[in-house]
Amino acid sequence: MKVELNINNATHAVEVEPRTSLLDCLRDKLLLTGAHAGCEHGVCGACTVLVDGAAVRSCLMFAVQADGYAITTIEGLAPGPGELSPLQDAFCETHGMQCGYCTPAMILAAHALLSKNAQPTREEIVDAISGNICRCTGYTQIVEAIALAAERMRGQNDPVRP
Amino acid sequence: MKPAAFEYSRPADIDEACALLAADDGARVIAGGQTLVPLMAMRLARPSRLIDIARIPGLSYVRDEGREIAVGATTKQHVIESDPVVRSKLPLLAKVMPFVGHTATRARGTVGGSIVNGDPAAEIVLVAVTLGATLVWREGGENAPIAASDFFLGPMVTALPLTACLAETRFPVWSDARIGVGFHEVNARQSDFAFVSAAAQVALDGDGRCTRAAIGIGAVTAVPFRLEGVAQSLQSQRFDEDKVREAVKAAVADIEPMADLHASAEYRKRVAVTMAARAIADAYQDASGRA
Repeated sequence: MKVELNINNATHAVEVEPRTSLLDCLRDKLLLTGAHAGCEHGVCGACTVLVDGAAVRSCLMFAVQADGYAITTIEGLAPGPGELSPLQDAFCETHGMQCGYCTPAMILAAHALLSKNAQPTREEIVDAISGNICRCTGYTQIVEAIALAAERMRGQNDPVRP
Repeated sequence: MKPAAFEYSRPADIDEACALLAADDGARVIAGGQTLVPLMAMRLARPSRLIDIARIPGLSYVRDEGREIAVGATTKQHVIESDPVVRSKLPLLAKVMPFVGHTATRARGTVGGSIVNGDPAAEIVLVAVTLGATLVWREGGENAPIAASDFFLGPMVTALPLTACLAETRFPVWSDARIGVGFHEVNARQSDFAFVSAAAQVALDGDGRCTRAAIGIGAVTAVPFRLEGVAQSLQSQRFDEDKVREAVKAAVADIEPMADLHASAEYRKRVAVTMAARAIADAYQDASGRA
């Protein structure tokens, strides 16, 4: 089947079987390999992407269902080439990763949280990434990274704060 | 972890969806797909055709109809989670929503999908049974209502005919002035499938005595069940933990709990008593906080 997808503000027409997950379509057809294939049945969260701004598991959505939505992958988060988003920066600085496999999904889940809640509590951060498994168990620094990014993003919006 | 091949259709309305179901024995409806797609990935489900109802106009809504709140089949779980009508009129449903899967599955998963999959551990199913919701399905161009107590037949088995499609769930609204709700569940990790869950809704008079109660236990037996006797025993009573535990213990004495690697039948029965007692305690406390 032919389907038109809006990914990171660009339209892509792809030919897929109905059974092709959005995840496989992103990785194999569009070479957007930042969405990672972990369990492929909706448990690990490694394949998280944003669909109309909400964190969604791309392994639990077929590509043929995804037309008409604004899809954002980790490749679409940075403001420009060679730059990083505040969340990506914060993950680097606090070393919010070990092997890096869960990282793109963690950042997107955190991005969805911060776009709705500029000042999340630790509990809200933990809840927001509770559907994302880090097998290195590096959660402490991941939570730290999200809190740091939230603080910076609030600062950006309030530059004259004393 | 790749599903078997299938055909894909996106009907324009619910009657066309029913016609597609009738035309193909192996066809299944998909809305959010958060239960069905994992089953397909594991090849536990191999539908020949998926009929995608997610974008059928007019199937996603929360409608305040006074004595009931009608929730359209494809209403997404994350919409319910923050819906002001649900928060004020269906506090028990609002209470359980954060426990339904994870943020990322609630963004796609639907209320109707949770209902028709009939997972005994599903929180939305537990609320439907506890409050005595009515389910309305569409078949042959007509709507047919059925009580939740008659709808759920076993684990992932419901009374929904093969050629019918769920249209809406109608949750009863309690008009009592002081309502309180409680919910507790035990699972291995946050938002994983519950081993035991319990929900309670009580109404209190000005004196703190119960005028009405609904209590349900999920994930323990093949289908969530209501504790009618316990609800009766709370009538005109203030909260008394020992009495509540006794009543729940008696009510679950003869049930036959499910068992798996994580939770034995004995464990489930024992924990059900504690979860129900806590849910009832919370409901009383919640209600007393309301003038």
